[in-house]
Amino acid sequence: MKKENMAMDTFQGYVRPNGKVGSRNLVAVIPSVICATDVAQAICRAVQGTVGFFHHQGCCQLPLDLKRVTDTLISLGCSPNVGAALVVSLGCEGTDVERLVQQIAATGKPVEVIRIQELGGMSRAIQKGTDLAQKLVMEISGLQRQTVDISNVVMGIKCGGSDTTSGIASNCVIGYVADKLVDMGATVVFGETTEFLGGEHILARRAVGGENGPVGQKIYEIVRRMEERAKAVGEDMRGGQPTPGNIKGGLSSIEEKSLGAIVKSGHRPIQGVLEYPQMVTTEKGLWIKDAPGREPEILTGMAATGAQFLMFSTGRGAPQGFPSMPVMKICGNPNTYARMPYDMDLNAGQIITGQRSIEEMGEEAYALALQVLNGRMTKNEAIHYTSTMDIYCLGPVI
Amino acid sequence: MEERKLALKVDDKDNVATIFANGIINGTEVEIRDKKGDCEPVNVIGDVPYGHKIAVRDIQMGEPIMKYGERIGAASADIRKGEYVHIHNMVAMRGRGDL
Repeated sequence: MKKENMAMDTFQGYVRPNGKVGSRNLVAVIPSVICATDVAQAICRAVQGTVGFFHHQGCCQLPLDLKRVTDTLISLGCSPNVGAALVVSLGCEGTDVERLVQQIAATGKPVEVIRIQELGGMSRAIQKGTDLAQKLVMEISGLQRQTVDISNVVMGIKCGGSDTTSGIASNCVIGYVADKLVDMGATVVFGETTEFLGGEHILARRAVGGENGPVGQKIYEIVRRMEERAKAVGEDMRGGQPTPGNIKGGLSSIEEKSLGAIVKSGHRPIQGVLEYPQMVTTEKGLWIKDAPGREPEILTGMAATGAQFLMFSTGRGAPQGFPSMPVMKICGNPNTYARMPYDMDLNAGQIITGQRSIEEMGEEAYALALQVLNGRMTKNEAIHYTSTMDIYCLGPVI
Repeated sequence: MEERKLALKVDDKDNVATIFANGIINGTEVEIRDKKGDCEPVNVIGDVPYGHKIAVRDIQMGEPIMKYGERIGAASADIRKGEYVHIHNMVAMRGRGDL
């Protein structure tokens, strides 16, 4: 019994030079701008063990967004599932390539850079990049997993393709796992600021320092920012949130969606709010990441946080994943699970049908999470459903 | 085994309950079940898809719609006990440009 308990408190991970621990050991190919994507894609196709961050940003944006894109790419490169990085630059982009390379290298992991214009175009850049990516793969692919304490875990959480089962089944399961991990000294990050609308008072009261403290007030502020941004273009969120799929699933308002969504954050105090490109600090516990609900942007935000994996709750059946971060699908709707068994990792719909309790499903989800941290593939990983990524920017394209 | 036709009321303050059963049409009897497991039968007004809501009491136009013990919007029409509640008779109060 004791041995079993001890085994539950550790996982097998890749320990990086800066002490962070990854659940995967990948070479990240990072285009500094959308215009470098084709080259980066060709390199990824040629070299096993690589993943690409194929975003659509990095040029003709406001300075604040260019900084945001650079910072986000840095955090992705620094994230512990990445063992080495190859930056693919065009040569005239708006992002800060020098800072990107330097800051990833500062973690102690190998970093290389190629510049398409300098190398003489696409074909030469692909050749050079392929050679460098292969070298990086050879360098890191022999790294062995080590046993580390569960407190090294950073779990991202999200719900997508929600229906009314999400708030009653799958989000409750994730909330159970979130509480369990926080109690064991790990870090849990949730976001989807849009889906705090109507439930922000509940979250603010859970903030360290209370509703009127700096964290509580920050929670109100990020919700206000999100609501104002929609109003600023003369529109309101209805028609966008809840989505047509949510409405078909029985969710009637953004408030209803929000209240069901925040259940997945569990019950522990909220330590603080992370800006979109920001990584977790050394302080553990439950955190908020200020990110919208749409999958490409929030999955990127969570990977940039340093999450080694993400627990994703769904009712209607959201199947997508991210290049460098395993995404576990916890399905709250038993009918959806029956229809999409090759995309959904866990059937939390058993709560709706009365076969299992939230606690039983929570323990099962936690056990599966440990296996995923140890290297077991999630269903989306096994079938390469992994390219849902983009960077959330604030201003217009100019 | 016949599927039990349950409408779950998740908080005591709620005036709607969520149906997790298929084939609920106008006149079908369902059991409104609260947190303690107490049940009350009601005849559904309207065809209600899986995962959608019904009123557990009469609700007047303008009254808050309550779920999870919190406000999820307001009634945009008078709603009778047992009646289907969705975007045709309730509105969101948040994220709007007109309030």
